Amino acid sequence: MEENLNRHSKISAADLEKLSKEAQDEATPSSAKIIWSEFKADKPAMVALVIVVGFILFVMIASLFINTPKMMETNIMNYNASPGTNGFILGADTGGRSVGQQLIVGARNSIGIAIGLTIISSTFGICWGLISGYFNGYIDWGMQRVYDFMMMLPMTMMIIVLVTIIKNYNAVTLTLIFSIFYWEGTSRLIRSRTLSESEKDYVAAAKTSGTSNFKIIFKEIMPNISSLIIVDTTLSFAENIGVETGLSYLGFGLPIQTPSLGTLIANANDPNNITQYWWTWLPAALLIIVLCLSISYIGQVVRRSADASQRHGIDA
Amino acid sequence: MWKTILRRILIMIPEVIILSILVFLLAKAMPGDPFTGSINPKADPAQLHHLMEINGLYDPWYQQYWNWVVHLFHGNLGNSYQYQEPVTRLIGSRAVNTLWLALFTTILTYCLALPMGMYAAKHEGKLPDSIIRVYTYVTFCIPFFVILVIGVWIFGYVLGWFPTTGSISSTANPGLPSIGSRFYHILLPGILGALFGTVNVVQYLRSEVIDAKRSDYVRTARSKGVPEKDIYRHHIFRNSLLPIAAFAGYSITGLLNGSLFTETVFSYPGMGLLFINSISYRDYTVITALVLIYGILNLLGTLLSDIILSIVDPRIRIQ
Repeated sequence: MEENLNRHSKISAADLEKLSKEAQDEATPSSAKIIWSEFKADKPAMVALVIVVGFILFVMIASLFINTPKMMETNIMNYNASPGTNGFILGADTGGRSVGQQLIVGARNSIGIAIGLTIISSTFGICWGLISGYFNGYIDWGMQRVYDFMMMLPMTMMIIVLVTIIKNYNAVTLTLIFSIFYWEGTSRLIRSRTLSESEKDYVAAAKTSGTSNFKIIFKEIMPNISSLIIVDTTLSFAENIGVETGLSYLGFGLPIQTPSLGTLIANANDPNNITQYWWTWLPAALLIIVLCLSISYIGQVVRRSADASQRHGIDA
Repeated sequence: MWKTILRRILIMIPEVIILSILVFLLAKAMPGDPFTGSINPKADPAQLHHLMEINGLYDPWYQQYWNWVVHLFHGNLGNSYQYQEPVTRLIGSRAVNTLWLALFTTILTYCLALPMGMYAAKHEGKLPDSIIRVYTYVTFCIPFFVILVIGVWIFGYVLGWFPTTGSISSTANPGLPSIGSRFYHILLPGILGALFGTVNVVQYLRSEVIDAKRSDYVRTARSKGVPEKDIYRHHIFRNSLLPIAAFAGYSITGLLNGSLFTETVFSYPGMGLLFINSISYRDYTVITALVLIYGILNLLGTLLSDIILSIVDPRIRIQ
């Protein structure tokens, strides 16, 4: 014992620093580092990342300079002005409103709702899956019956009915209504991983040493499945853009005065618009395609970095 | 196996009851009353009050619910306020259209997905596999309605190959021409739906076949000198197919959800479009009936898939 202590005392502070630095270098790289090196190794992914981040920043900032109520005023003089005329870069719609400006504000609204929906529904789904997977027996059984029931509901229809019931809805209420229905996929995924994770030794050890269930679930199991959570969140973000725009397209998303990418595409419901005035709806459709493809691609890269056997990048 | 199926059906019963209560209450919570629009606007408010009373709309909700359920079991879903005809007849006529479209889409989906999945798995890691994977990736990411809109624009309006609205041409003669016209109308929505429905089947079949390729029975067959073509046809394909068949049930959910968009884009008079229109007219009886029907169909689809899976996969049966 004493000998041990003596030996340790010989290690100087500088050595200690050097040793800990060596240990740090050899340790498994952090997931952020792995994801970043994965992006560096994959050029298209880098492009997708730049597109998505750049575009989101652009619409967030540009929409600050647009006066939405003024933009939505009808001006019959500019009826379906074609792109490039009267200062309309992307032309104007049937009401003489600038399509370009609507695209910016609409993209901001759609992306904003998708972000909100992803945060709320993923948080709820993750908690549901973790709790259901960790506690076997009656709790799991009950929670899975709720899951089954939710899966049975015709989601889009239920959302439409709820939107009709609520009188003055806005982006926030809309996000909340969507969130009621879109947590299930995440919860199933997290539950199945939690089930296998709870059988591992460290969970048993934590239980034996008297750690509270709450702590085991959120401080031990959750960090261990964090890569899965990140992957699922990115992928559901792309899906959620489709959810809001789809409902808005049908006319049950954001109210007409609040533009969304979906309401812009709904311009295509008019046979005149779809054939002659393609600029009223096509830019929004193309934008959704580019956004969804890019975000999903980013999701695929994140998924790859979460799975060590599939990585392309050099391990940092 | 029977035990599993029976248990699944028993769990279904409370689910259907809760669904029906939920649907009923949601319809009740919708603003407005069903009569104001349908009667003469100059009519006496007392007359409206009387109408509400004889229709039992002032009763407590559980009593109204009970009456509704009793009527339901007699096959009486009430009258549509918008169309002034029994809901059962209204939905029946629309359901036929939706059914044909769904059937055509499903058949086409499997016709496309099975060869693609097999081909991708057979040439795993090579160019055709990559092309098919890019295809499934793209169709998976892009929202369905966007492709429908672009599809109807290109093939319906610009190229003019397909009709863009309705389920039958108004000038079609009865008999063979009318059947042809119906088929012509479901062609484009069916193809677009099928192109988008393939992703799950392709990916599942691909991984299933790749697993089977490495399994012992395939190695045995190979070492016995069975030709490569027969190995795929008789050994791998047959074994990988049954679990895929089970997905047909799950795909009902997707088809029903998609029907709202497909029928709106193509103004195709099916149940989905009926629902969208009924919402704007606050036609409660139609709305409740449709939500209930879609919910029950979802449930039956899942049940069907579970049953097929439990027949195919002994591991599920034992649990």
